[in-house]
Amino acid sequence: MSQLSVKNLLGIKHLNKADIDLIFETADHFKEVINRPIKKVPSLRDITIANLFFENSTRTKLSFELAEKRLSADVINFSASQSSVKKGETLIDTANNILSMKVDLIVMRHPDVGACDFLSKHVNAAIVNAGDGTHEHPTQALLDSYSIREKLGDLKGKKVVIVGDILHSRVALSNFYALKLQGAEVKVCGPKTLIPKYIESLGIGVEHNIKKALEWCDVANVLRVQNERMAINYFPSTREYAQLFGINKKLLDSLDKKIVIMHPGPINRGVEITSDVADSNQSIILNQVENGVAIRMAVIYLLAQQIQRTH
Amino acid sequence: MFGTTMSKKILLNSKEINIILHRLACQLIENHNNFENTVLIGIQPRGTYLAERLVSILENDYNVPKIKLGQLDITFYRDDFRRRDAPLEANKTNINFIVEDKNVVFIDDVLFSGRSIRSALTAIQSFGRPENIELLVLIDRRFSRHLPIQPDYRGRQVDVINKERVTVNWKEKDGNDTVYIINN
Repeated sequence: MSQLSVKNLLGIKHLNKADIDLIFETADHFKEVINRPIKKVPSLRDITIANLFFENSTRTKLSFELAEKRLSADVINFSASQSSVKKGETLIDTANNILSMKVDLIVMRHPDVGACDFLSKHVNAAIVNAGDGTHEHPTQALLDSYSIREKLGDLKGKKVVIVGDILHSRVALSNFYALKLQGAEVKVCGPKTLIPKYIESLGIGVEHNIKKALEWCDVANVLRVQNERMAINYFPSTREYAQLFGINKKLLDSLDKKIVIMHPGPINRGVEITSDVADSNQSIILNQVENGVAIRMAVIYLLAQQIQRTH
Repeated sequence: MFGTTMSKKILLNSKEINIILHRLACQLIENHNNFENTVLIGIQPRGTYLAERLVSILENDYNVPKIKLGQLDITFYRDDFRRRDAPLEANKTNINFIVEDKNVVFIDDVLFSGRSIRSALTAIQSFGRPENIELLVLIDRRFSRHLPIQPDYRGRQVDVINKERVTVNWKEKDGNDTVYIINN
């Protein structure tokens, strides 16, 4: 197997275990490349990629752009805040206009669920989902699993707890699919109001006590509370959230084992995680960022390989 | 097999290969003396067996100590990305030294079109600017080059027609040392 089973990366839901293994294997090679004195390979020199960001992003956007440039692709960037979207242009029109400039692959982040699936049915280019609303964020889940694998080895049988705002999290949903595919056990932990109903039907356990959750797990992936997606109050106060679900050094030290701490960023220091935990040697937060570039290089390389040449 | 016309001819047997490897090792010593400023680079995937074999001969039979050996994968530097039916498969690159100002010897099993070596010339630049680069191959297929690339050290030169394939089997990988000419 040296080819993905999909033409677009819309979500982990559409991948199989062999796809994930291939992406990780390819990312291993790219991780070696980005640690060389010269961190660039010429593979994608005849590929043009458009990064369409209809929602704010720092890490993901920089990571994708760096990955594309290290593969020697031509890159154009687009942010909704500085574009004609503000003037009322539709998504398809925007994308088609960009495609007329001979773009081969689109990386898109969008506030609406399913925006990437929709686009993939209407435009002729490979699509990579860089986060669609509260739905999926596949490259984040891939780099999370890749980082766990790097630290602890094969994910089969590993216990991962995802802590925080599960309801609004695309990172959580993509992680569920990715972790399950690789045979990990998954639980979520957070306030009842931020845990989706029927989550057990995905084979996910629920724990409302943070201490118990941490005692159970090998890895805790801590999510940010997404205030910007909340139209109502889901918990009384940030202070109360930090007291009940925040992870601090005292709590970590009270466990009888050393668990691995992850966070997809951006961190609200002092809310879901304290600084001494985020910066501790149990945290692999910055490894996640480094691995993000290698994973995105792998995904783009593998998808680009399947793009038909028209010339 | 019924219905096929594939034929397989032995070009070199294990004894002949061994003689050639010793000659190539001696030629390397002639030019590189004690290998103080020289690094050997096996081209992935199949040049690495030849490179390892040469290093072992140099170290054990000719007392050349501490030879620097690396493996270079050229997949991401190839010029046929998206131009082939089968997807390209990458292998491991393992060069844990800087090639800046070094004498580099590329080592590969068969030199055919020269395109792999063209890719390797680009790839090695990611590890610095070598003083010079030489090429050693076990089998040099004449009249088949697409690019102006020639070996500095060759094991055996062969003339084969285009639809014939030359394959090198290595003991470590395939169970025996043999060079075949295969005609399908």
